[in-house]
Amino acid sequence: MANQTSDFRTCPTTGLKVHLPAQTLIRINAVTAVVYILIGGILALLVALTRWPAVHLLPADLFYRALTAHGVTMLIFWVIFFEIAGLYFGSAVLLSTRLVGIVFGWVAYLMMLAGSLMTEYTILIGQADVMFSAYPPLKAHPLFYLGLILFAVGALIGCILFFATVIMAKAEGKYSGSLSLVSFGLAIAAIIAVVTIAGGAAILIPTFLWSVGLLSHIDAPTYRLVFWLFGHSSQQINVSAMVSIWYLLAALTVGAKPVSEVFSRTAFLFYAFFINVASAHHLMVDPALTTPWKIWNTGYVFHLAVVASMMHALAIPASIEVAQRKKGYVHGLFEWLKKCPWENPGFSAMVLSFCGFGLLGGITGVVFGTEQIAIVTHNTWRITGHFHTTVVLGTTTAFMGLTYYVIPLIFQREVMMPKLAMIQPWMFAIGVAIFSIAMIAAGGYGVPRRHWDITFAGAPYGFEFSPTVFLLMSVMGLGAIMAVLGGAIYCLVTVGSVFFGKKIS
Amino acid sequence: MAFNLPERVWWKPMHTEEKVWIVLCVIFGLTTFFFMPVWHMIGHQNPPSETYKLLPSQFADKVNTFVDQYAVKEASGEVKTDKGTPIVHPPGGSDIYLMGKQWIWYPILELEKGKTYRLHLSTIDVEHGLSIYPLNMNFMALPDYDYVLTITPGEAGEFPILCNEFCGIGHHKMVGKIIVKE
Repeated sequence: MANQTSDFRTCPTTGLKVHLPAQTLIRINAVTAVVYILIGGILALLVALTRWPAVHLLPADLFYRALTAHGVTMLIFWVIFFEIAGLYFGSAVLLSTRLVGIVFGWVAYLMMLAGSLMTEYTILIGQADVMFSAYPPLKAHPLFYLGLILFAVGALIGCILFFATVIMAKAEGKYSGSLSLVSFGLAIAAIIAVVTIAGGAAILIPTFLWSVGLLSHIDAPTYRLVFWLFGHSSQQINVSAMVSIWYLLAALTVGAKPVSEVFSRTAFLFYAFFINVASAHHLMVDPALTTPWKIWNTGYVFHLAVVASMMHALAIPASIEVAQRKKGYVHGLFEWLKKCPWENPGFSAMVLSFCGFGLLGGITGVVFGTEQIAIVTHNTWRITGHFHTTVVLGTTTAFMGLTYYVIPLIFQREVMMPKLAMIQPWMFAIGVAIFSIAMIAAGGYGVPRRHWDITFAGAPYGFEFSPTVFLLMSVMGLGAIMAVLGGAIYCLVTVGSVFFGKKIS
Repeated sequence: MAFNLPERVWWKPMHTEEKVWIVLCVIFGLTTFFFMPVWHMIGHQNPPSETYKLLPSQFADKVNTFVDQYAVKEASGEVKTDKGTPIVHPPGGSDIYLMGKQWIWYPILELEKGKTYRLHLSTIDVEHGLSIYPLNMNFMALPDYDYVLTITPGEAGEFPILCNEFCGIGHHKMVGKIIVKE
């Protein structure tokens, strides 16, 4: 592998040495991620406008198709393309070293691209109206599963390159001692990713064989159990990556330094060991699982993953306060907070993601996953509201905030339309918060998720939801439009800056 | 900074604030964890776990036998139906059956208030989700598995039941009902 100094440039802002072949890979993965959030965002608008009863845009078949595509695009393709870019950044760039196995990086990218296109195509031509979870015996075209498998293997290669780069950098003496906290958090995300992808392979490969007729039967509860090791844990990759990005953004925006490395690293370790248990929360009202199994998993192993999030919840604001006070903002209790760079979209996105994920997403997740409460929350809109506050308000907002730094640092372009960029995180996050809270409230009345028509026209018997439900569903529609506009501004600013932004030499 | 390499020796003791916070968090975690089994014991409504494995055809046979045995008859001797689905009135304390299939809940159960029944829930095609309104209680129906819910209706009336697990293009039309008589 080439390792000449000519392969590197020095970043004028951070002083980091950037490996140029790695930079190209980061760029292409990040751009693909943004293309997928654009597609997913259009689908989101179609889905939301259909569930808004006053609009009821799409016919039933297109609604279920758009919903399947929206779930797969956002939960898998957008976040994982962005995370692979993040893993290359967190290893090669942050360690000022070369990315090991550039060729494999391209193989990984092409597999992920081919897999994602295969799955998207199968859904869009109507051969896979099975939702993200794709529970057998509901059967999709084999290419749907094959695409996901290809994508997952590509992502696995990306994770392996991350580990290889970190190990090689140490062997080559590029750094000594421990990884930085951000890289450590990303390493935890990569470890969770490996477990997740193993789970995906364990269930998607047999399901693919079943779809082509080589296996006669897939056991329904077994599929559900193993699928959620993939489907839910893939969102735990997000959690660890997102928290790492919070630390990174706190450092980039106000110069925050971790108040205690031991404290923050212990919290990350708790994620690695205990967060996967959350996958079980999909199964609390399933047959075939025993009560002790449900009790153990509903309690999250002494809630240690929750403890981990609560530790980060102390560490990050504390580090920001310490950094601000060092700058001289020491008057009163909250001058440091008032003098934070609120106009910086990187900072506001971090704070919005942090508050939204913790206060809305985390709490609803832990409560709804309780064994008894699952009876009233399972498959209602409460669940949909919960995971939009975690994955969208939390993860996506954090990724958006980081993008405003990736554009100058990796694409070497200035961010265009700074005024629009300034309001973007606020518009997006507040829109998501509005529609998620409306979903959770409507779900409290029992509104089912993944449902085309809650007026039940054409059904043999009906059920009349309270007028409050229809009000809440309209609020959901308005919040969704606001969020989609915020997302559109993100795509506009990002794509505009990457292609037409002023070059930074 | 968080993205720079840490000091050579970073494993220094934590400050008092962090130690206190960890203790508080762990106490919170242990307390909530402790209550998971405790609620199961002192609470009155837990997700059941009684399950039997059987083929969809075997479950369909049981449902048909059940409907033949307890179907409500018109004066003419015809089986009473509502929109084509038979109405079944089993005696209190008996085993009753509810079958999900694309896209109906079969049959319509007519129960008596205050009596306890063992409700066998399953499906003969894809997965369905039993969702009872307006109570909003939700349980999964999986093929090959007979899920037994012990239920005691507490009030009289008609309770629509929806499907809340996506089960194909007619999913939103899958509405059945349970009738509870005084």
